[in-house]
Amino acid sequence: MDNKKWFQRGIKNGLPICMGYFAVSFAFGIQAVEGGLTVFQAGMLSLLNVTSAGQFAGLSVIIAGGSYIEMAVLQLIINLRYLLMSTALSQKLTSRTGTLARLGIAYGVTDEIFGVSVLTDGELNPFYSYGLTAISVLGWTGGTVFGAAAGAILPESAISALGIALYGMFIAIIIPPATKSRPVLMAVLGGMFLSTAAAYAPLIRELSEGMQIIIITVLVASVCAVIWPVKEREEG
Amino acid sequence: MPKVYIYILVMAAVTYLIRALPLTLIRGEIKSPFIRSFLYYVPYATLAAMTFPAILSATDYLISAAAGFAVAILLAIRGKSLLFVACGACAVVFLVELFLH
Repeated sequence: MDNKKWFQRGIKNGLPICMGYFAVSFAFGIQAVEGGLTVFQAGMLSLLNVTSAGQFAGLSVIIAGGSYIEMAVLQLIINLRYLLMSTALSQKLTSRTGTLARLGIAYGVTDEIFGVSVLTDGELNPFYSYGLTAISVLGWTGGTVFGAAAGAILPESAISALGIALYGMFIAIIIPPATKSRPVLMAVLGGMFLSTAAAYAPLIRELSEGMQIIIITVLVASVCAVIWPVKEREEG
Repeated sequence: MPKVYIYILVMAAVTYLIRALPLTLIRGEIKSPFIRSFLYYVPYATLAAMTFPAILSATDYLISAAAGFAVAILLAIRGKSLLFVACGACAVVFLVELFLH
């Protein structure tokens, strides 16, 4: 398959991400304007960051007038999970993929784009990532601008229904492999169980959502890696 | 407020560095079987932890969210596409909330 085909496939597979992002970033746009940002600033923020949890948390720092150091540390903690994802993605590339392409792929490392691209068979074609990223960022930035400029025009019931889109996509990514592989099923159940427990556990529940996700991911993936080491052929 | 632009650039720089450093610095194949296995399980653990229980508060009502969750799981088990599962969940939430209003 040539680069153009890969790009087109990325656009197609990225369409649900685009829709899900539109719904979530629409809500972000509304909040950003309520917090005193202009429509342009809100759109620029989304275009340059492309990260849901990090942006919502960052917005609260901007509104509160926190320090730049506080902002940097907050983003580091909430988005540290991208470090794991980016490391996993590096294993899907060969030495043929140059630095520029790697920098391009890095821009699009989000939970969703990562989830879709890391589970493709074999080597990752950078143009597949570009396609996924282009359509997703369009939805993310477009939704932000639309929400910031015209948040009041959508009925509440539509916004509520769109709120589940992103999670529906997560489920479509993780469940099919879980029905075929018992270790994957255990990783999925373990992640869901621990994040539920974390919401109630003393001390843990005080941590940021991003920090909780990191701890749970490291815990679950380590335990699974020890009990069910992956042989070469099983890898996605 | 020009300070807003500095905030945005600080956020963007930190977030991009986190994404770019492993991809540009790790060029070879990681040999350790443990780390390879660990990385294999990362997406499943992360996405599962992010989905549940957060999905239950993603909509206006717990009941509509639970219905959307159940339908998404069913559609995913049947191997439907990303778009189909996402839209199916949204449609169910919308319908359930129609009855609630």
